[in-house]
Amino acid sequence: MGIYTGNPNAAANLVQPHQVHRDVYIDQEVYALEMRHVFTNAWVFVGHESQTPAKGDYFATQIGDQPVIQVRHKADEIHVLYNRCPHKGTKIVIDRQGNTGKFFRCPYHAWSFKTDGCLLAIPLKKGYEGTGLEKTDSGKGMKAVGAVKNYRGFIFARLAEAGISFEEFFGDSLSSLDNMVDRSPEGRLEVVGSPLRYLHHCNWKMLVENQTDTCHPMVAHESSAGTAVKLYEELDLPEGAPKPAAMEIIAPFMSPYEFFEGMGIRTWPNGHGHTGVNHSIHSDYSAIAGYFEAMSAAYGEEKAKEILGENRHNTVYFPNIMIKGPIQQLRNFIPLAADKTIVESYIYRLVGAPDELTARTAMYNRMINAPTSIVGHDDLEMYERAQEGLHANGMEWVNIQRLLEEDEDFSQEAVLNGTTERQMRNQFDAWRKFMTYGGRART
Amino acid sequence: MSVSKEQIIDFIYDEARMLDEGRYSEWLALWLPDGHYWMPLEYKQTDPINQTSLLYEDMFMLKLRVERLNGARTFSQKPKSRCHHVIQRPFVDEMNGDTFVTNTSMHYVETRLDEQQLLALTARHDLALVDGALRIANKRVDLLNSDAAFRNIQLLP
Repeated sequence: MGIYTGNPNAAANLVQPHQVHRDVYIDQEVYALEMRHVFTNAWVFVGHESQTPAKGDYFATQIGDQPVIQVRHKADEIHVLYNRCPHKGTKIVIDRQGNTGKFFRCPYHAWSFKTDGCLLAIPLKKGYEGTGLEKTDSGKGMKAVGAVKNYRGFIFARLAEAGISFEEFFGDSLSSLDNMVDRSPEGRLEVVGSPLRYLHHCNWKMLVENQTDTCHPMVAHESSAGTAVKLYEELDLPEGAPKPAAMEIIAPFMSPYEFFEGMGIRTWPNGHGHTGVNHSIHSDYSAIAGYFEAMSAAYGEEKAKEILGENRHNTVYFPNIMIKGPIQQLRNFIPLAADKTIVESYIYRLVGAPDELTARTAMYNRMINAPTSIVGHDDLEMYERAQEGLHANGMEWVNIQRLLEEDEDFSQEAVLNGTTERQMRNQFDAWRKFMTYGGRART
Repeated sequence: MSVSKEQIIDFIYDEARMLDEGRYSEWLALWLPDGHYWMPLEYKQTDPINQTSLLYEDMFMLKLRVERLNGARTFSQKPKSRCHHVIQRPFVDEMNGDTFVTNTSMHYVETRLDEQQLLALTARHDLALVDGALRIANKRVDLLNSDAAFRNIQLLP
């Protein structure tokens, strides 16, 4: 056992205002503490309600390292249960999604449970008579997580029984989720297909930090976006000829530093924040026929303009998701180990909007976030080089001080130059807070 | 002029060899200008447009992908990946005048540095005879494990 196990305060000390110790990325004990504290005390994304539309529909995923099931118990009631039989520990479901009917049944000894987790039946139950089974955790059924919230279709959970409320945890940052959902004329999203699943041999926080790292696109993506711009110029198309679709999606990555400085970054308390306060790489997408009309009919022209006038780029919800409102995308950075992360990239359909919007979103997802994406290749190379490079001794700190200000107060919302690393600092401030939150660790 | 079944089969073998040997200019020249290379994300996926795929690339994207491989600042290709196709004899499923459909089972290996991955897949080629030469009208690659979590796939099966 090393210096961190059982000692979240030691881990919290790895964060300084302008730098973080490499152990936050490479130490497996720190990873274990993150799972036990940060991912237990924070509100973590589970799934979207449209992944489980009918009673008995379930979806199996993870909250940190914890296997959980999102299940539709009643028409208006979704539960999140640990994916573990209270008897011997067998995972109750192994497929990623399906319908379990009226109850879950463990495939090992046929213990069965209602879809809210309550114990329903045990075969040959008389064998437990007088043994006190009902007083044990095993006798109560499948364990539920501490708290669940369905916010406009997005399901979040807090593993800890007690702790920060959903409203306090997210605060005004919910405006980004609101904007994404409001972009549907009916105020409703539906998941489209399966997520891309992309395995990275790096720490999950590197991926999250990259979402508001505005000084890397023109460098790391020169190979993809820069080459796209060059190829396009070589085509020498006549004026007015339609641009290749790739240009609209990929080329903005090559925007100059001034563009990213001007786009702005906003941070909210508890580690949330977004790029693209003023404009973003999504600002200049072409209009799609019929969409504005549908939005105006639903909201009135003024409100429709206000909703569509937001071009927030990446919104990070601490600890581990990013959403893109203008294209209805959500990326879930699921930590598997200190040096292993799976990224699941979901897209959603704006109910009531033209299909062309879904087509653009699907195109963005495959061009930028697939394991086959040239932009994805650029990024993964950087993360994994960092994961290996951090083992170099004699230089144990990672710098996060671009546009650092004296005595930064992360409990206050702030809007700053788009190239600040304040959002990375904000995430580590929240990381430290939930690492040591109220002394409430998972038991 | 007409094309024999054997010529169609040879075409598929030749294409795989071009990819293995990195002869990308020749490979791009096989394509008709409005062709698409499609790699679905889901088993038996029918829609390449309105849901996510691993790849659905037009000629501009394919050229970009190939051009990028040799870029001076393409860091994920330093060092370069290599690939290797082992293909079963293609089935020629349709021969309708100047258009043809083949189905080919393959094992595709891609390697870089100390990592090597093996993908089992089925490739469907829509071919067309244009000005006396066989060309690729469309290509669909179904990975046997398309729904698995993948590491980088940087070259083309």
